[in-house]
Amino acid sequence: MPILTKEQARVLLAKVLNYSKADECEVNIDGSDGGNIRYARNAVNTSGAISTTSLVVTSAFGKKSGVATINEFDDASLEKVVRRSEELAKLAPENPEYMQLLGPQEHSASTLAFSAASASVGPKERADAVAQSLNVSKAKDLSAAGFLENNIVYSAMMNSRGLFAYHTSTNVAFSVTMRTPDGKGSGYATRGYNDFSKLNAGADTEIAAAKALSSVTARAIEPGKYTVILEPTAVAVLLENVFGDLDARSADEGRSFMSKPGGKTRLGEQLVDERVNIYSDPLNPDLPGTTWAPDGRPQKRVNWIEKGIVKNLSASRYWASKKGIPAIPPPNGMIMEGGTKSLAELIKGTEKGILVTRLWYIRSVDPQTLLLTGLTRDGTFYIENGEIKFPIKNFRFNESPIIMLNNLEELGKPERTISVESSGNYLLPPLKIRDFTFTSLSDAV
Amino acid sequence: MLPSIPVWGNEISVEKSLEYTDPAAKKIIADVALNAARVKGATYTDVRIGRYLNQYVVTREDKVENIVNTESYGVGIRVIANGSWGFAATDKMDKDSIAKTAELAVAIAKENSRLLTEPVQLAAQQGFGEVSWKAPIEKNAFEVPVKEKADLLLAVNDAAMKNGADYISSILFMVNEQKYFASTDNSYIDQDIHRIWPTFYITRINKETGKFESRDALSSPMGMGYEYLDARPEHKIHTAGGILYKGRYDMLEDAKQGALQAGDKLKAKTVEPGKYDLVLDPSHLWLTIHESCGHPTELDRVLGYEANFAGTSFLTLDKWKSGKFNYGSKEVNITADKTEKGSLGAVGYDDEGVKCGKWDVIKDGVLVNYQAIRDQAHIVGLEQSQGCCYADNWSSVQFQRMANISLQPGKKELTVAEQIKNVEKGIYIIGSGSFSIDQQRYNFQFGGQLFYEIKNGKIVGMLKDVAYQSNTQEFWNSCSAVCDQRDYRLGGSFFDGKGQPMQTSAVSHGSATARFNGVNVINTGRKIG
Repeated sequence: MPILTKEQARVLLAKVLNYSKADECEVNIDGSDGGNIRYARNAVNTSGAISTTSLVVTSAFGKKSGVATINEFDDASLEKVVRRSEELAKLAPENPEYMQLLGPQEHSASTLAFSAASASVGPKERADAVAQSLNVSKAKDLSAAGFLENNIVYSAMMNSRGLFAYHTSTNVAFSVTMRTPDGKGSGYATRGYNDFSKLNAGADTEIAAAKALSSVTARAIEPGKYTVILEPTAVAVLLENVFGDLDARSADEGRSFMSKPGGKTRLGEQLVDERVNIYSDPLNPDLPGTTWAPDGRPQKRVNWIEKGIVKNLSASRYWASKKGIPAIPPPNGMIMEGGTKSLAELIKGTEKGILVTRLWYIRSVDPQTLLLTGLTRDGTFYIENGEIKFPIKNFRFNESPIIMLNNLEELGKPERTISVESSGNYLLPPLKIRDFTFTSLSDAV
Repeated sequence: MLPSIPVWGNEISVEKSLEYTDPAAKKIIADVALNAARVKGATYTDVRIGRYLNQYVVTREDKVENIVNTESYGVGIRVIANGSWGFAATDKMDKDSIAKTAELAVAIAKENSRLLTEPVQLAAQQGFGEVSWKAPIEKNAFEVPVKEKADLLLAVNDAAMKNGADYISSILFMVNEQKYFASTDNSYIDQDIHRIWPTFYITRINKETGKFESRDALSSPMGMGYEYLDARPEHKIHTAGGILYKGRYDMLEDAKQGALQAGDKLKAKTVEPGKYDLVLDPSHLWLTIHESCGHPTELDRVLGYEANFAGTSFLTLDKWKSGKFNYGSKEVNITADKTEKGSLGAVGYDDEGVKCGKWDVIKDGVLVNYQAIRDQAHIVGLEQSQGCCYADNWSSVQFQRMANISLQPGKKELTVAEQIKNVEKGIYIIGSGSFSIDQQRYNFQFGGQLFYEIKNGKIVGMLKDVAYQSNTQEFWNSCSAVCDQRDYRLGGSFFDGKGQPMQTSAVSHGSATARFNGVNVINTGRKIG
């Protein structure tokens, strides 16, 4: 099935709704067309093209609802999927948390995430980009392993209360790891864009190559508390654990870092340094997102943490109505305000510290304090008197991002980055943090 | 907290999930693809026709949150042309679409061959003709009415709430892979694979202090049918840490003790950091085995194919070639086994038509072998693949995945009670918790579910805020005793992730309770706000 335009989606979804005999009916459609290419040991090892479309029908009788999905789009199949969702709804137990569907909503019109030229990128363009990356690795006698994927996606929804929404985007994600032949140096780079033409796989590979070459002959220094400069890629994997927990229900239920004794929460409290401002905004041109949530609620700019104070928590419509709080959907991209300094300027202003270019295998140790563990990877460097002095061996850390954001020294200029853990895209600054806790050394390169 | 639940397919009715496609019909489809690829110049082709069924029942306290039945049906075609791999997949099952997909796979292989450095070398594999393999289950979980499953979970939740839980989520995951494999080696292999995982997550809160603790189920995901939930007395092991389960699982009983133990955790003493002798239960040790032995002995990691994502391995080829790399103590014997009954990785044949078997990976503490597939076998001097190839769906390309990797039980008679009795200063750890390991598998940190302090051979109380950090080689060399066969149990992972785009696989790890001396334990307690 091809990628549907807004009007094509409207016609198809209206046709599906026409089959409905339920009290309420909602139809969501998601389509994607794209491909990927993977390489290692300086050669391509897998690549593929993937095209999928899925239509989901939710039917409800009172508080009983059923969901059915299909990927066939002839009239008989469309009617069948509606009937199936209705059968399931009749068989389902009443869900006390079921909420009546939303009526028409005001969604900002946005085409920021769509690039027409990127929609036609195929196997040849992907192979060409990888060839640029391989040219760098071969010229420098390094070993490259990387992954490139791009797609065009769209989503649309319509329900029996008159709500209709549509969004489309193009996306590209690239990552590369360069290793020295002796296995003693390793460097990494990753980029995410909506516009494929912004990708410069050769330049990104140069960055990874420079890190690989400069991380050879790493020295061991004692674990302990250090001032660190975290590149945005490292910031992402730590802060996304905060972003994911800015949820009203888990806070109210007493089982999140946002909970306080006696059933209270930290909403409205000074949680971190007053220079911390975190928000989401689907209309940000550097990180455009969908202007509506999967249930049709509008996605607007939300200030989650302002001057270090938690200003908002997301909530399902059920939880919001039960508690009498705003029903803010979870964000689909997060932005942290920063300063104007480049990474190089942050390093220049550091007397003693450690530059962390990437973190890896992040896991929650204690959800009560958001304590996380993980390791540095692909280039860690000792800074002295404003200069990178030498590469150091990797560390394991045990640190809470909440404690970390209270130990904030300086923020650099934000840039778009991708989490190596979740693949989520964020706009984040490099951060300089004091007393970051490294607990042991790792021999890994 | 709940893991995210991957849903791979389209929703279908329960009745439809019980239908089984005739292998003869699948052979016709497979031959269309094999012929189409050959005509376009493929020198090797394999075809995987897969029907992947999942059923998930999800509840929370007194509510059924979701019942999901999904089906994914289609064909994946892999070829070698101009010395390169190519792959394409489709869910359009008419002959024309399948032939076009085979042709696309050949075209992609030819496109990739311009970036080729060395042609694919595929280990020879005999054809098996038309054969089949079925998981030896006793009760097909898909035949059990959904209501019976939902009622069980609601009873589990009720039992936990009555015993002090503030919140509980419980889930039943059930998987049936109906896989048909055909190749130009003249194999036509039909397989029926079943997996099940009942689990829960209990939370207890001290409202005055605001502290909360959780206790996850001590079940294991298994390559079994619904019979896994029918535990009899012989499947229960009574220990100082409560009742543990061997081969079968009593979910209701575990929910009751889990709620009580979550309460005990709220009152537990915080650990004093330092060196301890650890006594690790199989419900915990499986994850340490998975991360520190299973992954580093995967040959694709050793060779660098995972360098950009999961990482490489410290178990480099020179260490294996030396024949004397001291991975662990003499007590450490670790095998790879794709045949163990009830395990998640058990199949008759892997996803490139290789008959599965069992082999040593660590023998008397020494690294002796890896886990390889057909295009890697020649690198380690093998004439044949070890059968470790797997794809998580018809639409995913198969690649090297972990076999069941298990620590063999000790040869001398030793019970858990005797193991604990011999420890002066130690911690007995049950259940898996937080886990993290570096990209070459040297440095790791593990938490757990239940921690009991051992002093002079006796359990003296519960501890909290415990995590241990070690280096893989140092850790396995500190292994001083493994309980005997009577205590051998399987743990495992239902959703092990690897590759780009990431694929999941399910794998078991067996062990008996084992002791590790002088391991570094840290205190994970912190304060915010």
